[in-house]
Amino acid sequence: MAAKRKSPVKSRNPDLIRGVGKYSRSKMYHKRGLWAIKAKKGGVLPRHDPIPKAPAAAEKSPKFYPADDVKRALLNKRKPKPTKLRASITPGTVLILLAGRFMGKRVVFLKQLTSGLLLVTGPFKINGVPLRQVNQSYVIATSTKVDISEVNVDKFDDKYFAKEVEKKKKNGEGEFFEAEKEDKKTLPDDKKEDQKAVDASLIKSIEGVPDLKAYLVARFSLKSGMKPHELVF
Amino acid sequence: MPFKRYVEIGRVALVNYGKDYGKLVVIVDVVDQNRALVDAPDMVRSQMNFKRLTLTDIKIDINRVPKKKTLIDAMEKADVKNKWESSSWGRKLIVQKRRASLNDFDRFKLMLAKIKRAGIVRQELAKLKKETAA
Repeated sequence: MAAKRKSPVKSRNPDLIRGVGKYSRSKMYHKRGLWAIKAKKGGVLPRHDPIPKAPAAAEKSPKFYPADDVKRALLNKRKPKPTKLRASITPGTVLILLAGRFMGKRVVFLKQLTSGLLLVTGPFKINGVPLRQVNQSYVIATSTKVDISEVNVDKFDDKYFAKEVEKKKKNGEGEFFEAEKEDKKTLPDDKKEDQKAVDASLIKSIEGVPDLKAYLVARFSLKSGMKPHELVF
Repeated sequence: MPFKRYVEIGRVALVNYGKDYGKLVVIVDVVDQNRALVDAPDMVRSQMNFKRLTLTDIKIDINRVPKKKTLIDAMEKADVKNKWESSSWGRKLIVQKRRASLNDFDRFKLMLAKIKRAGIVRQELAKLKKETAA
């Protein structure tokens, strides 16, 4: 291969208009110095033999040809982006949950997980909402912020909240009629410890603001005369 | 009933419709039966239909179509801003604006304050009732 150039060469043939160069083929031959290269190399332009290709393995003819043409699936190179977080939701924001078991509860936002869901906590001692994932669409962001600098949420990700896969038990006929004794699923102790660790510093910063604790205890509801489109949250 | 607030040059009015809703403006000239030329320190002098204006009690002393600087000086002299903000109408508007801008947390604190005040009032009332009953 020819020696690599230090900087990309600009064309020596400037365009008069797009598609029409200033110099003819013979002039360009002279400009490029091909005559000098030929003279140096003894009258002929140096030719490099093509690099011998490794011999391809002999292809076996397939056993089976489908009767009709098989369509090839279209290539999809799309990489899904993480959900865009609303500008009003920053770590420490108080959010109002709009759906689910904790509908109406005011909770503290901790961080956005890689799946796009929001990590949220009551704190548990204050309003009974544990560390939980919640979708951004089911949340109203208020403008109240809690100081969250002391809290370390690095260890929480989507895997932490994954459901545990239970092994399927094959029941014999006789056991169908017995009342199945299911042990109550208790929360493992390490998860309880995690909750306490996160909440400890949060509760301190919440108690620093007057009335904020009672605010988080109370549930939000629309009362008579409140117009959601006119309310400032 | 005779009219008390007249359309005249120097009458301060409140805009009740349109882009400048809620602004206090001064009538600086009358265009025709329906429209007035109107000006305020923070807007370009423009015409407005009288239907968009609600007259106030405040009047300032200016000539027909004064220069902006003259207008501003006359408004300072007549102390329009303070007169407006101390009038009951002006105070009501300020309260409405404040209530509309309340945050969810503010509304919660307001509720607590109302409950507290009602409690104190009820206590006093109970005391008074006791005294008159005795």
